[in-house]
Amino acid sequence: MINSEMHLIKNIKEAKGIPSRDGYGKGLVALGEKNENIVALCCDLSGSTRMNWFEEKFPERFIEVGVAEQNMMGIAAGMAGEGKIPFVSSYAVFSPGRNWDQLRISVCYSQANVKIEGAHAGISVGPDGATHQALEDIAITRCLPNLVVVVPTDAIEGEKATIEAGLLKGPVYLRFGREKVPTITTEQTPFKIGRAEVFREGKDVCVVACGIMVYEALVAAEELEKEGIDVMVINNHTVKPLDKKTLIEAAKKCNAVVTAEEHQVLGGMGSAVAELLSQNHPVPIKFVGIQDRFGESGEPEELLKKFGCTSKEIIQAVKDVLEMKE
Amino acid sequence: MKKITEIKELKLMANTIRKDIIEMLAEAKSGHSAGPLGIAETLAVLYFNALNHNPKNPKWDERDRLILSHGHTCPVRYAAMARAGFFPVEELKTLRKLGTRLQGHTHNLDLPGIENTSGPLGQGTSIAVGIALAAKMDNKKFKVFCLAGDGEINEGQPWEAFMFAAKHKLDNLIYVIDRNYIQIEGNTEKVMPLDPLDKKFEAFNFHVIKCDGNSVEELLKAFEEAKELKGKPIAIIANTVPGKGVSFIEGKHEWHGRAPNQEEKEKALKELDKIEEKIKEGD
Repeated sequence: MINSEMHLIKNIKEAKGIPSRDGYGKGLVALGEKNENIVALCCDLSGSTRMNWFEEKFPERFIEVGVAEQNMMGIAAGMAGEGKIPFVSSYAVFSPGRNWDQLRISVCYSQANVKIEGAHAGISVGPDGATHQALEDIAITRCLPNLVVVVPTDAIEGEKATIEAGLLKGPVYLRFGREKVPTITTEQTPFKIGRAEVFREGKDVCVVACGIMVYEALVAAEELEKEGIDVMVINNHTVKPLDKKTLIEAAKKCNAVVTAEEHQVLGGMGSAVAELLSQNHPVPIKFVGIQDRFGESGEPEELLKKFGCTSKEIIQAVKDVLEMKE
Repeated sequence: MKKITEIKELKLMANTIRKDIIEMLAEAKSGHSAGPLGIAETLAVLYFNALNHNPKNPKWDERDRLILSHGHTCPVRYAAMARAGFFPVEELKTLRKLGTRLQGHTHNLDLPGIENTSGPLGQGTSIAVGIALAAKMDNKKFKVFCLAGDGEINEGQPWEAFMFAAKHKLDNLIYVIDRNYIQIEGNTEKVMPLDPLDKKFEAFNFHVIKCDGNSVEELLKAFEEAKELKGKPIAIIANTVPGKGVSFIEGKHEWHGRAPNQEEKEKALKELDKIEEKIKEGD
């Protein structure tokens, strides 16, 4: 049963499609209005990252770095030391993909107050193909000390995450996709970085999802309900630090877990959940996500199907994990 | 802090810093010898003359910033900082030891007065550029000095930063390149040629100043000139002799990443004592 305290939209199948990055663009403008220390750096991609909305409003605080992601991360670190709050934007394959060393040393080890937007993440980028589909960014960010990692599920949550990231002191990685995704949360939906939310109550299996897979998990849960399987769905938007309490309690209640993410299962959000549960309350787990391979060109929906990131795979995983449980 | 203007005093300070470096590295039993010894004059002139700073208030907002980008040379920075009064000279002996504030490569959070974390080469340039840009945005008058190695700019990141600095006319950035012509595997021109380096910086729209980086007089002049230049970022190409002051280390790339043993330490200190006497005699 949908958790009414979450104030989700009534019928998720009628959810309005908006790209989560729109939330980033709006959140950044809102931050800029409140705090003049917010600065925005971009690598020749301000339109697609939605940083252009900030640029239009605060041109004097927008810094075009050109196609130079390593330099962008370093400049941001330098500016952060002078009291600025830099947001750096590019495609996730390039940032943090290409400037990981600068993220590690100049930002994380130095505890520079830099916020990183990884845009166009996941297989759903579509026709650009494997080179532009970031499927490893969660893995390479969540292993870095001092870095907070957040994967918003839709545009409304994306806006809240961006604003909260700007208020937190220290580095934050925010992951966004390119395509329109169902907007299932509302302004009233609770959100706090570091707190997983139980979007749907259930007792048989707990599906822990992030990003667009939260919607897919809710769709899967509706289907499974018809078969008499009672599924809990957790929106685990913060991959780091994990909400240990909520996740362990869920595992104790359901004693079977499925994780779902639009990312490699190796090292991703599901791995983080498995690391936590295996040490605290070991239960059978199945991982839905990209299975150790590169993407390819195609339409977003075709790719999500081909690479196993839909409600169908979640339904199968729930059934499989139920068997393991019994 | 009070500046030292006497040439002789600055030369003596550079020599004292060299002796500190030898002692530190011998005590640590690891670390880099040639690079730090080669830029003792640069750090002496910076910390005791060119930089506007206050060792008793390392976070002073108006201080000049010094970014050391080739982090492996940090013993020279630590020694100069200790001599300038940032922390007790005795602490130099903790270099590279467990729990020390003097990490093998500098960490900004460990020691007040260290502005940047360094180690992976090339990162300091972007950090310096970021500081210089933030200073321009806020109309701050301080200068940003960035000290970098020549082998270091095999990396692509500094060139990204050079383009950016020129685009934004960051004339508050003084980029000092330690041109010692060595890197780990040998002569820079064999490993990856950089010359004509002055022409490259000019083409990147920098003011270029060349000087003998082991001459206190020339360094003083170069920094004075650099502070007055407008409209473009400034590159000072400071030609240095790696391992300067210790005959068996001078010019030898094999000493890039080696520390002196006890015997070598004694030998090096004797040579530096002799140099000290000569400076005092006015040679």
